[in-house]
Amino acid sequence: MPHLIDKTLPAFRTQGVTKVYGTGASTVHALRGVDVDIPAGELVVLLGASGSGKSTLLNILGGLDRATDGVVHFFADDLTAMSDRELTLYRRHHVGFVFQFYNLMPSLTAYENVELVTEIADNPLEPAEALALVGLEQRLDHFPAQMSGGEQQRVAIARAIAKRPTILFCDEPTGALDSHTGRAVLRVLQDVNRELGTTVLIITHAAATAKMADRVIDFADGGIREVVVNTTKLSAEDIQW
Amino acid sequence: MTPLDHKLLRDLWRVKGQAIAIAVVIALGVLMLVMMDGLINSLTETKRTYYERYRFAEVFAPVKRAPEHLLDNIAKIPGVAAVAGRINAGALINLPGIAVPVRAQAVSLPDFVPPRLNDLYLAAGRRLDPARPDEILLLEGFAKVHGLSPGDKLSATMSGAKRTFQIVGLAQAPEFLYSTPPGELMPDDARFAVIWMGEHSLAAAYDLKGAFNEALLTLTRDARLPEVLDQLDRMLASYGGLGAYGVDDHFSDRFVSEEIKGLAMSSKGVPPIFLGVAAFLLYIVISRMVESEREQIGLLKAFGYSNGEVGVHYFKFIMAIAISGALLGCLLGVLAGRSLSSVYQEYYKFPLLVFQVDPAAFLTGVAVSVLAASVGGVFVLRKVFALTPATAMRPPAPADYSRSVGIGKTLKAVLDQPSRIVVRGLIRQPGRALAAVVGISAGMALSVAMISLMSGFDRVLDMNFGVIERSDVTVSFVEPLLDKTVYELQRMEGVIEVEPFRSVSATLRHGLYTYRGGISGLVAEPRLNRAVDDQMQAIYVRADGIILAKSLADILHIQPGETLTVEVREGRRPVLQVPVVGVAQALLGAPTYMQIGTLNQALKEQNRVSGAYLRIDSARSAAIYHKLKDMPAVAGVSLREESRAAFKKVMDTGAGAIRYVMAAIAGIITFGIVYNSARITFAERSRDLASLRVIGLTTGETGFILLGELGIITLLALPLGSLLGYYLSMAVSVAFSTDLYSIPAIFVPESYGVAALAVLGASAISGWLVKRDVDRLDLVSALKTRE
Repeated sequence: MPHLIDKTLPAFRTQGVTKVYGTGASTVHALRGVDVDIPAGELVVLLGASGSGKSTLLNILGGLDRATDGVVHFFADDLTAMSDRELTLYRRHHVGFVFQFYNLMPSLTAYENVELVTEIADNPLEPAEALALVGLEQRLDHFPAQMSGGEQQRVAIARAIAKRPTILFCDEPTGALDSHTGRAVLRVLQDVNRELGTTVLIITHAAATAKMADRVIDFADGGIREVVVNTTKLSAEDIQW
Repeated sequence: MTPLDHKLLRDLWRVKGQAIAIAVVIALGVLMLVMMDGLINSLTETKRTYYERYRFAEVFAPVKRAPEHLLDNIAKIPGVAAVAGRINAGALINLPGIAVPVRAQAVSLPDFVPPRLNDLYLAAGRRLDPARPDEILLLEGFAKVHGLSPGDKLSATMSGAKRTFQIVGLAQAPEFLYSTPPGELMPDDARFAVIWMGEHSLAAAYDLKGAFNEALLTLTRDARLPEVLDQLDRMLASYGGLGAYGVDDHFSDRFVSEEIKGLAMSSKGVPPIFLGVAAFLLYIVISRMVESEREQIGLLKAFGYSNGEVGVHYFKFIMAIAISGALLGCLLGVLAGRSLSSVYQEYYKFPLLVFQVDPAAFLTGVAVSVLAASVGGVFVLRKVFALTPATAMRPPAPADYSRSVGIGKTLKAVLDQPSRIVVRGLIRQPGRALAAVVGISAGMALSVAMISLMSGFDRVLDMNFGVIERSDVTVSFVEPLLDKTVYELQRMEGVIEVEPFRSVSATLRHGLYTYRGGISGLVAEPRLNRAVDDQMQAIYVRADGIILAKSLADILHIQPGETLTVEVREGRRPVLQVPVVGVAQALLGAPTYMQIGTLNQALKEQNRVSGAYLRIDSARSAAIYHKLKDMPAVAGVSLREESRAAFKKVMDTGAGAIRYVMAAIAGIITFGIVYNSARITFAERSRDLASLRVIGLTTGETGFILLGELGIITLLALPLGSLLGYYLSMAVSVAFSTDLYSIPAIFVPESYGVAALAVLGASAISGWLVKRDVDRLDLVSALKTRE
């Protein structure tokens, strides 16, 4: 797939994206025709109740799942037309993921977990550099079991950003963390967005997180209820929840 | 149905592939047990019923010629229940188009009443008409091979006179269950026949009017066999008694019993091993499956379920798999046993078949499975009890790999990340890795042992007919002749080498141990039929004593240097004291060797030979057979190739046949173990694997991590499996050896290669099956679920 990225285009443009699970009586419409543009370089928060469709959209944008109908463009490329192999390469080269439960390899150290990604990426950061960005330069040789939840999540972020992803997807990144640690993690995400220019998409239940976003997309019943563009963004430290 | 039972059923459904694989492995172990037990039980019962229904005698007393009135005296011996006298003599059958004459036994039947003892089973045609002296009944097996049926004519030579008979029926009898050509060990339907004739007619042919040459006896319940034999021998001595013997020493019964005994030996030795491996596997799998449920266990406890309730739930889960496997095994065991026993029935020529499995075998099978599962379950449940409800509420703590940090540093230069994941995964839980290695090794050991056993049988053939018996033709004479006959054979065109032998039947005694066998007198340095040591090197046949087969020395509990008592059962019937001077390795039967001159000297019959081993020019074989057939002194001719084929047939259809079934089951169990290991590893790793897929690793790279672990475990299992297989094959070869043939405990390199390939193949197929699941990993759900 082409790696040229035309920054004049939005990072994602979706047109009529639907997602239907199951058939017959058990059919579930997870997405009912979503049209949205996500400009490159923004920090976007996806809000909404469970089952509102935000995770489904994120999975489709992240190349983990396929839309039942509709078109998804990543800059000039049509994600919906890609093969599984192309989607893997798309994830490998452009996408970073941060999960609620970190999903680190327990058998690898912090450094090695990051290295796992840098080994297969085109123009990655040094693993140590990525870990320094999240403030873990002292914890390189620690295993996940030897770190706190917040530290593990920061390793996960370091792992996600080390490949210099075009997009960073975060699914409830603070969901398993206390407010203090959660704020530190959000701070790192904000830094990544500002300093590396990475487009960051964060799914969250916590409406307060929305205050640090450039753009807030509010989901309900498989569709977008409203898109709010924040004129005044709060810094991660100032968020209260 | 409680919610927990619903959960149980759904859980079983969820892991159905694995549950079925475990249940099948257990089923195969139980199948083996039930099948073998059923077979032995059936053969023993069938034999007993057959003997009883056709009034098989318990004592046999061959004699040269005894007057019929002597039977009344015999009947008065204390302990004798019934007596019958009959004529049992050798004959030759001339078949058109067959060069080598077929040796036969001619047996008399009372003219007007059914035989009191040793009756026969009429398979086709009718019984004899006393008014027609040329009617005969023919042994069914022989008739079938040569396409003879009632109504056909048969030419036979009796006491030198050629006669033509009318076949009126085909028969079988308990005493000919196992019928071999004289002087040979292996049965061959084509080359051995029994002719039953009217007493009157047969007596005329052998000049035995008013006399018998074999007395048959049955005994009362309280009879003492040795005393009866003793009195019988004394009574018959002046009539040329050849030594009375009990049914245990009857040729046919002995070999049938030996085969059943061999089967019983292997049934005691082999199924427990299979069942043990299955049980071990069940333990490994169950403990890993339940461990992966720890979150749910915590959750159930959080809801207020007690340890007991949760424990019972998981115990039911284990038992559902174990018991359904065991029941399936019982069912399959009965089916397999049934079909195999009809093969055996055919082979042993039983006219009837009693198939029954001892209920104890079912119980044992189920009990062992349940016990193995319970032991596994107890270990697992200890973990269940230790788990606190809070565990379910917290995100899972990452497994601690810090112990393996050193490994990472050392291997960093050589290993990339995925390889390190593989290595650390193995090192972090060495117990689990070891269990998987041992499990696969056990499967491989079974395969090695079974393949070694199969090769062992072939090796017996090769050794026996390549190293020990190297003659093309064995000629045996009607009675011992002067050794000048050997020169006559030597002069025959096409005969390359002739080696005389003397054989006498004798009872061998050492202390309390006796064996009815014979002694072979050989030349000092035989070339065509040799005694060999355990290294298969020829032994010089010394002039100062006797050499015994190892198996015989074991039976008699005798060692070189000790003295053996030999009661010769022919001629003047001397009793000799002979020192044992050596032990020979025999693969077939239990031979003894003496130098021919020494033997003749001891018998006080100088320069006698019983027959000769010949090496011949194969181009002239037809002419040689023809000439041999016309020599009146020749009682029988056996060809090495025919003996070899007969032996092969015995091993493929007799007790040896079971080895094919065992080999197949070993293969399936090996596959089951490998496949289960792969499945469990996948189940445990699926979340990690999905994460790797999400961050951009390809299915190939992800598959490597999973299959790398399987690969290393498999590779580690190969040497251990070979080692275990070596010891197992030694044990199994002992279990499969009988009086009839001993399977040498040999190292068969091929069997290790084949077994290793089988394990690697099983790994490859399992890997491929699991790799398909890696390709289908649901990335989204794997990220959401915690375990």
